[in-house]
Amino acid sequence: MKTEKNTYTIIYASIMVLLVALGLSFTHQALSEKQKKNVEIDKMQQILRSLKIDAPTDKAQTIYNDLISDAYLIDIESGTKKETSSGTQPTDSAFVVNVTNREGFPIYEAEIDGDKKYILPMNGKGLWGPIWGYLAIDSNGSTVYGVDFGHDSETPGLGAEITTENFRDQFEGKELFKDGEFKSIAVVKKGKSVSNRDYVDGISGGTITSKGVDAMLYDSVGDYENFLKNLTVSK
Amino acid sequence: MALLNSKTKAVLLGPLNKNNPVIVQVLGICSALAVTSKLEPSVVMTIAVVVVAGFGNVVISMLRNTIPNRIRIIVQLVVVAALVTIVSEVLKAYLYDVNKQLSVFVGLIVTNCILMGRLEAFALGNGPWPSFLDGVGNGLGYGWILIVVGFFRELLGSGTLFDIPVIPQALYDIGYENNGLMILPPMAMIVIAGIIWVHRYRDKELQEETN
Repeated sequence: MKTEKNTYTIIYASIMVLLVALGLSFTHQALSEKQKKNVEIDKMQQILRSLKIDAPTDKAQTIYNDLISDAYLIDIESGTKKETSSGTQPTDSAFVVNVTNREGFPIYEAEIDGDKKYILPMNGKGLWGPIWGYLAIDSNGSTVYGVDFGHDSETPGLGAEITTENFRDQFEGKELFKDGEFKSIAVVKKGKSVSNRDYVDGISGGTITSKGVDAMLYDSVGDYENFLKNLTVSK
Repeated sequence: MALLNSKTKAVLLGPLNKNNPVIVQVLGICSALAVTSKLEPSVVMTIAVVVVAGFGNVVISMLRNTIPNRIRIIVQLVVVAALVTIVSEVLKAYLYDVNKQLSVFVGLIVTNCILMGRLEAFALGNGPWPSFLDGVGNGLGYGWILIVVGFFRELLGSGTLFDIPVIPQALYDIGYENNGLMILPPMAMIVIAGIIWVHRYRDKELQEETN
């Protein structure tokens, strides 16, 4: 076979690229349903982890459906619920809205031991890439019930430690408001402290990621300030 | 016909020892440093590279008489990239948690010099079966180094293996501390260098003449 001719080369390359493209798009089509499901379940697991529930992959959806009583978007100016956006299903707006681009501000409601918990998503920057998380707040709008963190590419063993229970458990019971003013929760170097706001120890060796968590708490939770204030007032 | 004669056996087992891609040829160092801070990603990376190297070699070997010489590198790249994409899609669908850990490194298998090296040096001149063995052998040769490095780095850096704590609390109580430096890539370099040292010390054939 003459494999050195130009026409042969061009035809060979075209056919190869066409076949590979076909094969890949077929694989993607065949698997995309399952991948989408995985992403949804992963998100449910994160929300559940902020409620201190470690749900196994196969049970996450059932537990989520049982526990999450309402989900909706809020208006950050007035801090009130947008009634039309209510719905807990993965297809509803509170679940699918793009929070990274600040297109909407969802709240997930859950009821645990008779007390309502409000879960809000957070987004920020770590050292190497995005970090995110979910914060569960008691019905008084200030006390942290639990938190979950996720990251894209923080250093394993250093910045990536923000996802560990040791780090997350510190947030439990901390107050977001002091004397009616939004203060967020500070992440400080181990051994250091700050006055007139609650704080937790950062990760040693993961200073920039810890600072990212600090900023993320301040910015993302800050968007919900009015909503949380309304909760505090109504109590 | 036996599946393994002495020649194919050498093709399969050579890369595990005297012809190891990482510690003898010093290829694929980049990902070996990046993914080995814990044991689990090291193991998954090994499996991914074995699969891609094995099947990549088979595909190129079957096409070897039809590939136009001038674009052979491009053809190899397309084949490897396609396989890597498939592996990545399958991981996303069936091993979502591990896939999150490996993140970009699965995609970076495409640029692993070991793969391109084997396609160019072996698969283009040999039949599918020996090529498959060569790919698997090199994948495993790369992989066992990763697993050894991952073992030491996780043990000394985090005090865990597969995320299970193995260093007894009593040791921490008397002042032992995890070495955070082990988690950073430079220490992977030193661990690999240590493996190369031991390997050469044991095998006189690999030692270079000194003047």
